[in-house]
This record gives sequence, C-alpha cells and structure tokens, in this order.
Amino acid sequence: MKILVCISKTPDTTAKIAFADNNTKFAPEGVQWIINPYDEWYALVRAIELKEADPATVLHLINVGTADSDPIIRKALALGGEEAIRVNSDHADPYFIAAQIAAVAKEGGYDLVLTGKETIDYNGSSIGGMLAEILDLPYISHALKLDLQGSEVTTVREIEGGEETNKVSLPLVVSCQKGMAEQRIPNMKGIMGARSKPLKVVEPVAADTLTSIRNFEMPPAKAGVKLVDAEHPEELVRLLHEEAKAI
Amino acid sequence: MSVLVFIDQADGQFKKSSLEAAAYGAAVAKAMGSKAEAVVLGNITEDAASLGQYGISKVFTAANATLDTVDAQVYTDVLAQAVEKSGADVIIFTNNSTAKAVAPRLSARLKAGLVAGAVALPEINGGFSVKKTVFSGKAFAHVNIETAKKIISLNPNSYHAAAGEAVTATVEAFEPAIKAGKVQLVSQNKISGEIPLSEAEIVVSGGRGLKGPENWGMIEELAKLLGAATACSRPVADVHWRPHHEHVGQTGLAIAPNLYIAVGISGAIQHLAGVNRSKVIVVINKDKEAPFFKAADYGIVGDAFEVMPKIIEAVKKLKGVA
Ligand SMILES: Cc1cc2nc3c(=O)[nH]c(=O)nc-3n(C[C@H](O)[C@H](O)[C@H](O)COP(=O)(O)OP(=O)(O)OC[C@H]3O[C@@H](n4cnc5c(N)ncnc54)[C@H](O)[C@@H]3O)c2cc1C
Repeated sequence: MKILVCISKTPDTTAKIAFADNNTKFAPEGVQWIINPYDEWYALVRAIELKEADPATVLHLINVGTADSDPIIRKALALGGEEAIRVNSDHADPYFIAAQIAAVAKEGGYDLVLTGKETIDYNGSSIGGMLAEILDLPYISHALKLDLQGSEVTTVREIEGGEETNKVSLPLVVSCQKGMAEQRIPNMKGIMGARSKPLKVVEPVAADTLTSIRNFEMPPAKAGVKLVDAEHPEELVRLLHEEAKAI
Repeated sequence: MSVLVFIDQADGQFKKSSLEAAAYGAAVAKAMGSKAEAVVLGNITEDAASLGQYGISKVFTAANATLDTVDAQVYTDVLAQAVEKSGADVIIFTNNSTAKAVAPRLSARLKAGLVAGAVALPEINGGFSVKKTVFSGKAFAHVNIETAKKIISLNPNSYHAAAGEAVTATVEAFEPAIKAGKVQLVSQNKISGEIPLSEAEIVVSGGRGLKGPENWGMIEELAKLLGAATACSRPVADVHWRPHHEHVGQTGLAIAPNLYIAVGISGAIQHLAGVNRSKVIVVINKDKEAPFFKAADYGIVGDAFEVMPKIIEAVKKLKGVA
C-alpha cells in the first residue's frame, strides 16, 4: 500500500491579505506560512493513522512549489511520512499543478492519493478532481470518513444537502475535510527526525497552463456600523425592514 | 460560441442556485452574441422547458436513474458528451458539492480552464476574465481563462436568478453512452426540510456567547420567522452544540446571504472570512469591543438573552404573526 499526500503552502489564517505590483501579486511581507489546514489536519493525519494501523504502508508527501515550501514540508514530515517530493515550480495554475502530481503519482505507483478539500488561499477545490481525471481514477470529493479493508475503501462524502456512503476499490483519489481525523501537534522526536528524512526535488514535466491571474482586488470597506440601543431592539427590526430592505 | 449550463437538481427539483446559473449563463451568452442551452441529468419532476424563463433556449435531458446519484467519473463522461452535442465553448456550473466533484474533472478532460467560485459576469473584451473569491472571501482575483473552452463555477447568491430574459425553450432527450461507475453507492443521508445554508437569503448564526446548545431555541425561532437558515461559529460545531454542516468561516462554509445576523460571535478573522460577502451584517454582542462590529452594518451592544426575545417579538409584529 502506497499513499501520496498533497501538501500546499498557504498564508496563516490570521495573515493580513495585501497585494503588490499593481495588485498583480500577493504581498508576502510579514506573512507566516502554514500547511494548508485541510491538507494537514485531515489528509495527512488520516494517512498517518492508516500507516499506524498497517506499518507496511508507504507514506510520501508531495508539494509543487519553490524552495520557499521547504519549511512547511519539513513541518509535515515532523507529523509523519517517510519522505517528501517537491516539484520545483512556482506555477499557480491548478491544471499545471495537478499534472505534476499526476506524473509523480503514476511513476511512483501510489494506490491512494489524498488532498485537502480546498486550499484556503485560492479556494479552487480543483486539484483532486483534475488529478483523478488525468490518472483516470475514481474520485471521492469532500470526504469526511475513509476506511480501508485490504484494497476496499469505504468513504463518507459530502453531497448536496447531505452525506453519502460509498464503496470503491484502490487506486483512488480522495479530497479530505473535517471529520476525517483530529489535528495533531508534532512532537520533539518528530521534529528532530524530520530533518533527516529525504526531501527529493524534481523538475516539472511539460504541462499546459489553462488559466492565469490577471489581478487581485480587495472588497470595498464597510461604511461603519449603525448601533441601535439595546433597550429598543424593535428599532433594529424597523431599520432592517425599511432602510436595508433585508427582511 | 454557445453556453451550456449544467442544472443541478435535488430529488427531481431544480436547485435555486442552478436557476441563478441559468440566468447567468443566458447573460454570458447575450454578451457573446450567442445562445444559452442547459443540461439536466437524472430524473426530474419539474418541467425542463421552464428554464426558458431564465433565458435558456434548449434543454438536454438524460432521465437515466444511474444519473440520480453523482459519480464524478460518470458525470464527467456524460457532460463531455453534452458539451460536444451542444457545441458549447463556455460551460457554467453552480459552485456546490456536485460541481466541486465534477467541474475539475471536466476541466482536465476538455482542457478547458476552470474558474471555481465566480461572483460576477466575465469580462470579455479581448480576453476572458472572471472575478472569483480568494483567501476565503478576504479578497477577489480576476482570473484569465486562456483556453478555447471555458468553465465557470458560479458561487450561490452571486447572481440574481430573475435577471434572465424569458425565451421559449425546446427540450431534447439526449441519450448519452453511460459507462458503469467504479464507485458503489451504499447509502445516502439527506437533511430534508431545511433551507440549505449555501443558498439561504437570510442566515441567523450563533456563537459561543450563547453558552450552550439548550439556548439555540431563540436562534431557531428567529430563523423560522424570517425563513432563514441557521449557522454557527467553529468552536460551537467543534463541541457539538450544533452540527458540523452549520459551521461557517475560513475552514467551514463560505456564504453570501442578503442578511447575516450574528449572535454572540466575536468576529474572529477566520469567522469573518466566511461571511463578509453577506450584503447586510447585523451583530448582537454584549462586548462593544468585539471585532465583529467593525465588519457590521447594524449592531446592538447588549445581552443576547435580553435582546433576542424583543427582536423576535418585533419580527412577529412585522410579519403579523400572533
Ligand atoms: C486555523 C484556524 C481556522 C479557523 N476557522 C474558523 C472558521 O472557519 N469559523 C469560525 O467561526 N472560527 C474559526 N476559527 C476560530 C476563530 O479564531 C475563533 O476562535 C472563533 O470564531 C470564535 O468563536 P465565537 O465567536 O463563537 O466564540 P468567542 O470568540 O468565544 O466569542 C463569543 C462572543 O460572544 C459574546 N457574548 C458572550 N456572552 C454574550 C451574551 N450573553 N450576549 C451577547 N454576546 C455575548 C462575547 O462578547 C464574545 O464576543 C479558526 C481558528 C483557526 C486557528
């Protein structure tokens, strides 16, 4: 059993979002980088649990990024996994990234590829599905549970208006969300051990780029809050009805 | 250069967000000087021709029971056939769970650039660029689609369904080749009778300030009176006061209702990320320093347990409910 977990680097959730170069680039000054929470809390931790249940499991991590990703890759390795592969590229197009992961997944013969349900920066929810299509594998999106019996997988995933339980055989691509696992904190042994785990850097394969970011825009600032006296909440209801026309 | 809109359905009924996608698709087609068509998969109880009200001139249907459940691989294959049949260059989805499973696959299949989470009509002077939310609602990006075929997945509540111009729609049963899926359905568990949070016009939301699940009666009562959905902050879902699907914010659902009423929620940056695209934000919090007031349009600094019953009374009066 070989598992590949996709790890993306995103700004910390409290990071101040600002743009540079005429709003064409994200301004990284003062930003703390983290492992995308869905990748870390759910995809990676579930993979680690599967390896704990069956120590023969091979668990590798993959990131498509520049050397700037190395600290978060090491942090992921501190949680678990034997080695990481970084495809050396600063491309942001989801199809290009999916094609890189697909190339590595194919070559490495992985049975299960896990991603987070989305990244908290571009919010595309795209990589898992694209990857599955390129590899011609079944895809379970937004899974909240994943269990293995041999090569049989049982998943629970989010569907419109509820949840669905499925059975499917490996190989498989799954995107993971809340419910899958509980967040873990790396311990000292993990952190020390991560330093000597292999982090292989490979060059990207040729792939198409389907989209590009033209520029960014901040939402308009709010005009300011209109406060209503706590003794007269009915005034709020009147304002919502007559002024905001919202009820 | 025609447009094909994928109409998602739930239990045979068109979803409200799908009608928004239909009207949006019609507007895109109009801007390109072409026509908008739609495709509906699975069995429906609605009249497919009714999509003409939203500017759809032709509807392809495939009333096959296999398509009543969504297998991303099977759907992609069938939609690729629909795209070929209609000759569409622009494909529109509503950005829900179905689209998140299927649109990326279709993008890879057709080598059609995908913008997921669109919030406005594309700019098509020269290029083709679509505005979408990024950083979980903290900002927007304008994304260029550089391929001949293009896919846009429209966020719910971003485009008004009534904006379409009515036309007469023809309905064509299209008979796609359907491959056997590799994913076996075991069971489905649907939450019925509730307004889906992602589509709700009004959302009433509670945070840790409400002290415990036993105090959610007033949130539910107000929501019911307003025809609203209920939501909550993350810690509330984490301790199981409320179900996980109600969790909004950066690591939960991002929503954009007309009105968002936050009760006993501090307004942490991760919470705001998921709700700051709401048109009108109302905050009820006993702490006047709560960060949420900076993002609000209306606010009451006060104890929710005293304020909420009075608001409920006033809404009852407004709605003429005894
Ligand atoms: C990586 C990461 C991701 C996160 N993602 C999310 C997310 O997606 N969504 C999310 O919501 N949070 C998220 N959080 C958590 C977030 O930082 C806050 O901790 C959380 O939103 C706080 O929830 P709350 O406002 O309900 O509780 P609190 O912060 O405890 O606020 C309770 C509020 O209630 C008020 N209050 C108390 N009693 C009363 C009363 N009687 N009447 C009126 N008001 C009262 C208080 O003044 C206070 O402002 C995330 C955190 C991290 C680190």
